[in-house]
Amino acid sequence: MLSYTLRRLAGAVPTVFVIVTIAFFMIRLAPGGPFDQERSVPPEIQANLARAYHLDEPLGQQYLRYLGDILQGDFGPSFRYKDFTVNELLADGFPVSLQLGLAAMTIAVIVGFAAGAYAALRRNSAIDIATMSLAMTGIAVPNFVVAPLLTLILGVWLALLPVGGWGGLSHAVLPVVALALPEIAFVARLTRGSMLEVLRADFVRTARAKGLSERAMVVRHALQAAALPVLSFLGPTTAAVITGSIVIEQIFGIPGIGRYFVQGALNRDYTLVMGVVIFYAVIIIALNLLVDLLYPLFDPRVRHD
Amino acid sequence: MATGRAMHVFQALALAGLLSLGPVSAWAAAIHLGNGTEPESLDIHQSSGVSEANIQRDLFEGLIAEGPDASLIPGAAESWEISEDGTVYTFHLREDGRWSNGDPVTAGDFVYAFRRGLAPETAAAYAFILYPVRNAEQYVGGEITDPEAVGIRAIDERTLEITLKAPTAYFLDMLTHHMAYPLHQASIEAHPDDWMRPGNLVSNGAFTLAEWAPQSHIRLARNPQYHDAEAVALDEVWYYPTEDVGQELQRYRAGELDVTYDIPADQVAWIEANLAAEYRNFPYLGTYYYVVNTTVAPFADNIPLRQALALAIDREVLTQKITRAGEIPAYSFVPPGVMHYEQQTQAFADWSQEERNAQARELYAEAGYGADTPLQIEILYNTSDNHKKIAIAISAMWKQTLGVETTLRNEEWKVYLSSRDEKNFQVVRAAWIGDYNDANTFLELFVSDAGEMNDPGYDSARYDELVKGGAFETDLAARQAMMEEAERVFLADTPLIPIYFYTTQHMVKPGVEGWIDNIKDVHPSHFLSVGG
Repeated sequence: MLSYTLRRLAGAVPTVFVIVTIAFFMIRLAPGGPFDQERSVPPEIQANLARAYHLDEPLGQQYLRYLGDILQGDFGPSFRYKDFTVNELLADGFPVSLQLGLAAMTIAVIVGFAAGAYAALRRNSAIDIATMSLAMTGIAVPNFVVAPLLTLILGVWLALLPVGGWGGLSHAVLPVVALALPEIAFVARLTRGSMLEVLRADFVRTARAKGLSERAMVVRHALQAAALPVLSFLGPTTAAVITGSIVIEQIFGIPGIGRYFVQGALNRDYTLVMGVVIFYAVIIIALNLLVDLLYPLFDPRVRHD
Repeated sequence: MATGRAMHVFQALALAGLLSLGPVSAWAAAIHLGNGTEPESLDIHQSSGVSEANIQRDLFEGLIAEGPDASLIPGAAESWEISEDGTVYTFHLREDGRWSNGDPVTAGDFVYAFRRGLAPETAAAYAFILYPVRNAEQYVGGEITDPEAVGIRAIDERTLEITLKAPTAYFLDMLTHHMAYPLHQASIEAHPDDWMRPGNLVSNGAFTLAEWAPQSHIRLARNPQYHDAEAVALDEVWYYPTEDVGQELQRYRAGELDVTYDIPADQVAWIEANLAAEYRNFPYLGTYYYVVNTTVAPFADNIPLRQALALAIDREVLTQKITRAGEIPAYSFVPPGVMHYEQQTQAFADWSQEERNAQARELYAEAGYGADTPLQIEILYNTSDNHKKIAIAISAMWKQTLGVETTLRNEEWKVYLSSRDEKNFQVVRAAWIGDYNDANTFLELFVSDAGEMNDPGYDSARYDELVKGGAFETDLAARQAMMEEAERVFLADTPLIPIYFYTTQHMVKPGVEGWIDNIKDVHPSHFLSVGG
């Protein structure tokens, strides 16, 4: 187990290095620069800006400078949010995205798993059809439709919850719900599918044949096995959800890090994009590793020796 | 079982996370303002946008300030004299001018700020605002390295002298720009990298910076040291980034905002039907237009063709059926309402569209095009629904009236900017918002040596002579005549096609007092109050 973990961690280092290198050169290939704006500035000011941000150096030299900086944990100053370093922006925003994301994923797993498992046990019943129709709707209707609808009804018309901003528990309700809805739907469908498969499996038939009650069979054996695909799904999805959603953040005015990826790229905020890419890569690698380490707990056939 | 345990852990984490969120601040005598985007910087020398300028205007006060209607009023200077030849300005600072830490505001604070703003290592993108000051441009460009050579000096604690390279009629207006605010040297030197953070920022305006939560809000608090503090009604000013205009309106309707930064164009009809009394729509110092590339075929040396395209656009249809937010059809480049300037218009401004179309067809034929030899051109615009709708409508008008075959090309913002700067286009959508209230901020763009700013590549000796001559003219009436003639020359040559003038749109709650619509869309919180 330990040697497996160490091997995986050692493998992660070159992966991150390749990601850094590709991302660095790709963002530089995009036309336009961080300081281009509607009003073109005079050439002498362009030169001063390039010098101040080392953009006048050859690209290879800039790359080496950047590698040196990130090895010391310094992601550099943001080009767009000039009063902050990328480290500060991530440190301020990530806890917010993490809280939102974890809350949404918790709800998604509990509600989605329960609904999916129940639907599988009552296969083709009215409840099954209703649950799966709802899940399909949840997947099909995008966030940018659900979120404004929720705020219009609960925030503007009923005035039960704040429409936007970030401060108290009440501010978190609508964004968490909006973020959780499509994930609930995914988890429910995934659980139902895997549960149906498990219920047809040999070991279930054996358990039934041995006279185990249906309830004990489901609770002790089937649910655990049905959770495996959900577990695999959770790794990358949790990584995506806790690193923030640009749609949810912009609509609710939430100071997370989701917007930095897209806005950073659009603004050619080189350092911010790089910071987010590296951060995101590390989180995905870490969560995938965590899922793989958890697998043996759920599936006795998997062993990392 | 394992699944249950894992869920308990998740649940506990999420709950702990949610409970750790802080309490919401109480609503004091506070105003809550939608402010567009998260500020790029609060450093007066590092920002270039409107959202930043709104906050900086509350924090700082320049020599000249702006009243509730954006008129020029004495700021840190209580009086000033201008020399006969219009090049030397002497400002007398008010005696009771104070920084938020109690230090007096001195002439040296302005000298320090100007030199910092112009220093090459500061790399201020908007340094050119100060170019009328003698040797400012050379100092930015590194040709002069001695800051003493820049035309600003402190005669004594309260007397400041600014020397210009040439008389500049709009210089006082320029002094309201954030590039011309003073800075508190000691606090910047004490916190060189984060002097603009709450607790470090020392300001001389009506408010101080109390809190900055990036992407969430900025909270300003009344500055008790401000010389006019008794007249300031608000205790707090809250600025929120509101990038999603639809949601900004929802927050406004829910009472979370007192004023919006903008309104969603597709909801103007609903607003006019339901919230008409709170809807403010006022002309702005900006123009939306199509540039034709005069440096290449088919537009080089082909004025009739450019005029034909300009005539065939039905601007009333565009503003009433497509943009629909109160925009004003434009027949000139300089918008109406600019100081010391009478609006100039194209000859066809008061014709009917049928007359324009008839004339357009004649000119189109004169340029050598017709049904069998149609003009084929491409319109470039930056990716946006609004620009796309306008481009489709204009290409349809050109097709219908003249038979022009148009293709559309959209590019992401930064790609579009580089295509435009490299003149890699035939017709390109563009817009200009004036930096100060003078025709010069519009007309100077198209002098032949304006570089990348001259998008059409316009090159007219007569125009250059008038615009540059106007800049040096001290007699206001003579200067106005020269600027107006310059625009007439420009419009006749048609290197660009004005389409509409921008308006600014806000929702303003009935309880907000002191809000006066104005062409600069400047509303210092100093003069605002919230009743009821």
